[in-house]
Amino acid sequence: MLITVRKPIDEIMGFLAGERAVFLLGCEGCAAASGTGGEPEILELKGELEARGIEVAGWKVVDFLCQKALIRTSLRPFAEPVARADSIVVSTCGIGIQASATVIDKAVHPACNTISLGGIRGEWQGEERCVECGQCFLEFTGGICPLTACAKGLVNGPCGGAKDGRCEVEPEVRRCAWNVIYERLERQDRLDLLRSSPVQIKDYARMRPPSELRGTREWAVDMAVTGEETR
Amino acid sequence: MKLTDLFREGKFVITSEVAPPKGGDTAEMIENAELLKPRVDAINLTDQQSSVMRLGSLAASQMLKARDIEPIFQMTCRDRNRIALQSDLLSAWALGIENALCLTGDHVSLGDFPDARAVFDLDSVSLLAAAKGLNEGVDMAGNELAGATGFCLGAVVTPGADPVELQLIKMEKKIAAGAEFFQTQAVFDAEAFARFMERAKPLGVPVMAGIILLKSPGMARFMNNNVAGVHVPESLIDEMKNSEDRPATSVEIAARLIREVKGICQGVHVMPLGWEKRVPAVLDAAGL
Repeated sequence: MLITVRKPIDEIMGFLAGERAVFLLGCEGCAAASGTGGEPEILELKGELEARGIEVAGWKVVDFLCQKALIRTSLRPFAEPVARADSIVVSTCGIGIQASATVIDKAVHPACNTISLGGIRGEWQGEERCVECGQCFLEFTGGICPLTACAKGLVNGPCGGAKDGRCEVEPEVRRCAWNVIYERLERQDRLDLLRSSPVQIKDYARMRPPSELRGTREWAVDMAVTGEETR
Repeated sequence: MKLTDLFREGKFVITSEVAPPKGGDTAEMIENAELLKPRVDAINLTDQQSSVMRLGSLAASQMLKARDIEPIFQMTCRDRNRIALQSDLLSAWALGIENALCLTGDHVSLGDFPDARAVFDLDSVSLLAAAKGLNEGVDMAGNELAGATGFCLGAVVTPGADPVELQLIKMEKKIAAGAEFFQTQAVFDAEAFARFMERAKPLGVPVMAGIILLKSPGMARFMNNNVAGVHVPESLIDEMKNSEDRPATSVEIAARLIREVKGICQGVHVMPLGWEKRVPAVLDAAGL
């Protein structure tokens, strides 16, 4: 289970500068449970965007967005609206956003931040990884997470260490994440995004579970079972 | 003395570097720095080069400053978080150090403590932005400082990187964040460097070409196979292979490269890697 919170609509609108139409993607899994990516939330987002002059060419709630094969088959009936949209707005966790960006060769914008649970439960298949940083960077990196894909977790571009496109850490199994980001954005003719994005600073305070979460029933059940506050 | 002052005067700036020792004995480092002193404008002090634990670049910078040798204080983001990095910049300024070179740094896995925590709280771009903030009298959190710093801020760039476009984008970001000059990764192909400079020149920030003294054909091949963004052409490897006096050929190659790039960049940064004694001969032969 990954817990997400919706980004403020103004932040999302900032991502959509110069765009006219979008396609919305939600997720029936953790995001629906989090109240960010189920059908009601997607319809709410649709309303918010339309009220601000953005056309919603179509929308789909997929179960689950972490499964790339499922995204592909679920979107088959939506080829036309997806093609018509300038970009895809994805309201789910960092994995689902990355998986969508891998499958759909278009600009993909994150509508959520994935917040820290202080450790990851559950499992997923595929190479997308999310560290629940609470400040999703995927908007600025073509939908490829720089925190998990780059060995140094660099958020402002590559270091000088890549050789022939391979990372200086374990080159046999790692490509340079920033080369991959570059290739995707170049293919989408979106390299200006790298130039124009502001200096990114990681906020480690958001990488800890928020206090509201520690007060939830799930955490309380654990306490009741063990009889002590262990975390 | 800030490097920016020299660039402003239109001087072709020459820097070199010395590595702090692995241990407390600084005699050799000082000897190398004194040897370079009459010929260079400033000397870089590397920060745990290749992630190998050594004496720190701050102490080494101060030791050079005390001997009237202008230090360029290198800082990487591998070992310190933003609190320590900002604090060390303040310390450096208080010690009279005026030039700082901001880098991301190699990963810990490359050095002698692969089990250490790799920090990378900041990176080269955000460190430059932080340092620029200190110059303007505020820290990263926006707190006002009792006394601003006045660093001349440098950064590095790899002209031979692939794709070069990505490198240029990062160069632009570094300039926007505060970089006032660049030292480059080693240049061995003057024509390729000229092509890079055509793209870099419009950015309007001085670039110093990196020059490494080739010691042997084996060293050249090692760099080609292992060092990012460095390519020694086969012709130079052959020249070293066929040489009867390798040190003389090495000096000749380095001097020739400097002569070839002199007209298209604003300075050179000579990395002697143990051959400090030969640097004066290189500069003589290059006419500097």
